[in-house]
Amino acid sequence: MTPDISLSQVPAHARHGSSIGRPLTRREGVLKVTGVARYAADNHPAGMLYAVLAASRIARGRVTCLDVPAAMAHPGVVAVMTPANRPALALDPDAKLHPFMFRLDLLQSDAVRYANQPIAVVIAETLEAATEGAALLAPRYEALPARVGLDAGESFVPPVVGVGHPAEQLVGDVEAGLASAARRVDATYETPAQYHNAMEPHAVVAAWDGDSLSLDMPSQGMAMAQARLAGLLGIAPENIMIRSPFLGGGFGSKGLIAGPQVLGILAARLVGRPVKLVLRREQMYGPVGHRPPTRQRLRIGAGADGTLTALAHHALITTSTFDDFFEPAADASHTLYASPAIATSHTAVRIDTGTPMFMRAPGEATGSIALESAIDEAALACRMDPLAFRLKNYAEVEPISGKPFSSKALRACYAQGADRFGWAGRPLAPRQMRDAAGMLVGWGMGTATFPALMFQAEARAVIRRNGGGVVEIGAHDMGQGAWTALAQIAADAVGLGIEQLEFRSGTSDLPDGGIAGGSAHTATAGMAIHAAGGEAVARLAELAMDDARSPLFGAGNAGVVARDGRLFRRDDESRSESYADILTRAGLAQVEGRGKSGGDPAAQTAYAMHAHGAVFAEVKVDPDLGQLRVTRLVGAFAAGRIINPRMVRSQYYGGMIWGMAFALHEEAVTDRRSGRMLNANLADYHIPVNADVPEMEALLVEEHDPHVNALGIKGVGEIAITGTGGAVANAVWHATGMRARRFPIRIDDLV
Amino acid sequence: MSFPLSLTINGVARNITLDDPRVTLLDLLRERLELTGTKKGCDRGQCGACTVLLDGRRINACLALAASCDGATVLTIEGVTDGDALHPVQAAFIAHDGLQCGFCTPGQIMSALGLIDEGQAGDDPERVREGMSGNLCRCGAYAGITEAVLDAQRRLAGQDGRDAS
Amino acid sequence: MKVFDYVRPASVAEAIAAAAAPGAVYLAGGTNLLDLMKGETLRPDRLVDVTRLPGLDRIEWLGDGGVRIGALVRNAALAHDAAFATAYPAVAEALLSGASAQLRNAATVGGNLLQRTRCAYFHDPASACNKRQPGAGCDARGGENRLHAVLGWSEACIATHPSDFCVPLAALDAVVEIEGPAGRREVALEALHRLPGDTPERGTALAPGELIVALRLPGEAAGFAAHARYLKVRERTSYAFAVVSAAAALRLEGGRIRAARLALGGVAARPWRARAAEESLVGVEAGEAAFRRAAEAALAEARPSGDNAFKIELARRLVRRALALAVAGTPARIPALPASPFPSVAGARHDA
Repeated sequence: MTPDISLSQVPAHARHGSSIGRPLTRREGVLKVTGVARYAADNHPAGMLYAVLAASRIARGRVTCLDVPAAMAHPGVVAVMTPANRPALALDPDAKLHPFMFRLDLLQSDAVRYANQPIAVVIAETLEAATEGAALLAPRYEALPARVGLDAGESFVPPVVGVGHPAEQLVGDVEAGLASAARRVDATYETPAQYHNAMEPHAVVAAWDGDSLSLDMPSQGMAMAQARLAGLLGIAPENIMIRSPFLGGGFGSKGLIAGPQVLGILAARLVGRPVKLVLRREQMYGPVGHRPPTRQRLRIGAGADGTLTALAHHALITTSTFDDFFEPAADASHTLYASPAIATSHTAVRIDTGTPMFMRAPGEATGSIALESAIDEAALACRMDPLAFRLKNYAEVEPISGKPFSSKALRACYAQGADRFGWAGRPLAPRQMRDAAGMLVGWGMGTATFPALMFQAEARAVIRRNGGGVVEIGAHDMGQGAWTALAQIAADAVGLGIEQLEFRSGTSDLPDGGIAGGSAHTATAGMAIHAAGGEAVARLAELAMDDARSPLFGAGNAGVVARDGRLFRRDDESRSESYADILTRAGLAQVEGRGKSGGDPAAQTAYAMHAHGAVFAEVKVDPDLGQLRVTRLVGAFAAGRIINPRMVRSQYYGGMIWGMAFALHEEAVTDRRSGRMLNANLADYHIPVNADVPEMEALLVEEHDPHVNALGIKGVGEIAITGTGGAVANAVWHATGMRARRFPIRIDDLV
Repeated sequence: MSFPLSLTINGVARNITLDDPRVTLLDLLRERLELTGTKKGCDRGQCGACTVLLDGRRINACLALAASCDGATVLTIEGVTDGDALHPVQAAFIAHDGLQCGFCTPGQIMSALGLIDEGQAGDDPERVREGMSGNLCRCGAYAGITEAVLDAQRRLAGQDGRDAS
Repeated sequence: MKVFDYVRPASVAEAIAAAAAPGAVYLAGGTNLLDLMKGETLRPDRLVDVTRLPGLDRIEWLGDGGVRIGALVRNAALAHDAAFATAYPAVAEALLSGASAQLRNAATVGGNLLQRTRCAYFHDPASACNKRQPGAGCDARGGENRLHAVLGWSEACIATHPSDFCVPLAALDAVVEIEGPAGRREVALEALHRLPGDTPERGTALAPGELIVALRLPGEAAGFAAHARYLKVRERTSYAFAVVSAAAALRLEGGRIRAARLALGGVAARPWRARAAEESLVGVEAGEAAFRRAAEAALAEARPSGDNAFKIELARRLVRRALALAVAGTPARIPALPASPFPSVAGARHDA
């Protein structure tokens, strides 16, 4: 008999004593505000040496000469690692055994395939010596012409885009839909290459002990890194210990182990001492991924009443010459707007760049800003309010698949966001509003959406006789709040107050917490914790219900509820017993549960699963000077159950700022001749500063989803980028009449 | 070539023999004095993660040569707490969720201390935002940071008022 | 960073002697020099640390009502000096619009005058740059140059001077005091920075080993205090270099312009004093027509050096705006966003 101990049947907030849903402050907050939180580069094992990369200054060709003697002659330099002496690998770094195995530059040859590719590593007693040693290598090259930009070569249809999605998808007859349309939009938008720019540069502190490897290294996926390293190094995964308690931001760039981190490990192998390798900021623009540039053509047809007749979205993207990552930009058109005909397609061009990689809302962000701009253009073509137009084409089922949504509170998002923003009464035409100082004022909106994904994870839960509990999972906190939100789920899972719970996370010797990506970590790790806690509680319940001395004896099918360190009979809460009493009587020190999580294929087949939102933006533009400020942002998002509203709101704020930056700030500028990035620094690659950030509101719209997972959790980490970029661009149009077709919007476009 | 260097760091006088003139204040703190709370985000004065107070003024430690700081007083994030008690600025950052990944946080807090001491911003959020713009936060915790600075400033002013009375 | 000799002289004379060594450079705040050294743009052999030189960290008021600012006065200290900000509000506003609070606390007045260009090709040692390596060529020509010079550039170099501070200084006839191996001399700030011509490697009028010891603003320039502004268009709201900037200062009498000062930033290898525009304004009624003529005059010789024609029109409009705001009067307090065209009020509701 399996007792019913499901915790998810009652909404979390309705349950007495629940940690889920509480706006707790960050549990690791004190460590972070005191400087005690230890990031990878803060470690300094005894005998440690410093390693510094030398990076290529050409984008294509080969290294013909490195002045190793000059570097070695520099006082303090211990070794120079080049293709000639790099320790052997068990696996070719160019091998690709599965689609998630990305090729790495590990000094396998003298070939250069992008600027800033690692070409050597200098190891020295001090950081200063290693840095200068790298400069003294003074590499010489045989350079070939660099291929730069979206027009650098012949385009092709990629085999898949994103995570195994078809490059082309089609429902209905788009050409017929366009032909029959009373209103048409045909617009092309360009988005630039962008870089993750986590504040913490990629780092590794590596120490070998025989064939065992100890690593301090920021990772969004420790188990995957362990497996990748094991393959490359020819050692058992369990011999690799990764500590990644805190990431200084990841945004996708730390999802898979990066080549430079492996080089740090190899450097430690070479010199037989612990080594620290931290990327210099300018080296973050090449070997650790980026969001590729796109050129997107949107063709939209609509009837005179605003009903869509066709939506065609084509994205031209770039990827590297040596690997396959294809940004699924056009897939953004799959889910939001009902249209009898939808066609999405991708073509790609190979250029001399580091391989692009997942970057916060990969594809969703790039596609969204184009789609939301084009939808705005279509609304205008139909002389409709942009919100009314979106409501007119509200998708009741997922347009590309015809599946029902597992839940969709987008209407509520539109309504609450519009109300909060004060959208009603917005003039249809541009350049109608000014503030007291004469600045043009514009209002724009965009729809946000992001898939609700589930990956796989494992967790372990222990309930102890002393009334405490331990939950263990190798999860990852890159700022989204895993230390707090997962502990909240864990506390509920074992029926303890969060203060009675010890939550262990952030190291690879714990159960595999999966990957912190795809906005799926809280759901995935949370469900593993939920299952593990449930199993531990079930063990306790069996002990109690089978024991005639327990007040819960014979509870049987009625089941029990776990709360505050006690089990309660569900149908009679006056009958309960503490964990301590149950375990003491059973003579056990503790009970343990293990849990796994993963998507439910049946539910995923039956339902389309997405979070939704609506973002409203106000901008002001100086009519003469083109100087522009976003002055208000209001987002309303529905993402299933909210574990911690304080942290969720912060995720939305962060996403909205990224969306604003997509529209207005971020752009990698590359020299068309050399292929070198010209603004590979934080002064010239603009990410928003505090003064750029307007008054923001993020409304948490209630949504109950019975299908995504038992806890009803969707993701919140990426959705707010989508929608926001378009909202800002549309507000700029509304203020100025200038329709942005290239991002970021520049002053040049506005004067 | 070695340089004797005396610094007062977090209230402790330190006599340091520097064997390399290239060492920045940031690398001295992080790599030689085990004060790793101060972070290196760009090493070029472009992000503010390495903000410390040098003789009471907030600066980027990455662009200060350690040798040139001889005789100076340095306050880093490790010296901000009063025993076990968080400084009001630290407490406010937690309360307003003015942090996510936490990597820029020590620099933000040191910058906030400098800003409050400068006394230029008052309780005008726009001036606080401008005054805190030398500290990038890629996670986008700016709204909470601004609220935290304003809140802490009010609390500190209140404390001063009580002390005076 | 290359190993260098670090010396800390006790007097100006010692400093100048120490800087006579080949490959020597002066170190003050370090905010620009260390950045350039870390990027391998500069690889000096000796750093002469002038930060302890006595007497160079003072702001002294002069008999004519002018001010003498020691070269080691920190940017922030100068900007927040109440008497200085009152007499020279556009200079204070320019200072506060530059960089970040941290950098302004470290950067010195003397060092700031010698700030190097932000041209990416100058900063990238792998690119051809005549300024960094005479005769190497200029990769900025034909490269990514939408932010490059539109005035005073040459085929050899199209870089701009990035300073905010220097723009109102040029407008207000600041004078730079220099000590060097050949003794003491003065140059007008306007003449400190050189246009590139065929020798872009010589960015300033300083001879080798010369040290800026002070900066003077004449008392006459304080006569503009009631109508002086610095305005800056930039690509993010703060902590960004100017796309184009303008300093405008006027003396008005009954609606007529008695005297005018105008300089542009971000448009040339030096802060660009627009004398013809100033002359066009003198004696005329302050108003849009006069500002339009001044803007035309200021940019009369402008031509794009690349993909940057927009900067010419933008500069014209900025001149007009800066003049209009100068007429409106210096704000009682430096705005929350110094030098921004926005009069603040982020987030305020519109009144459509």
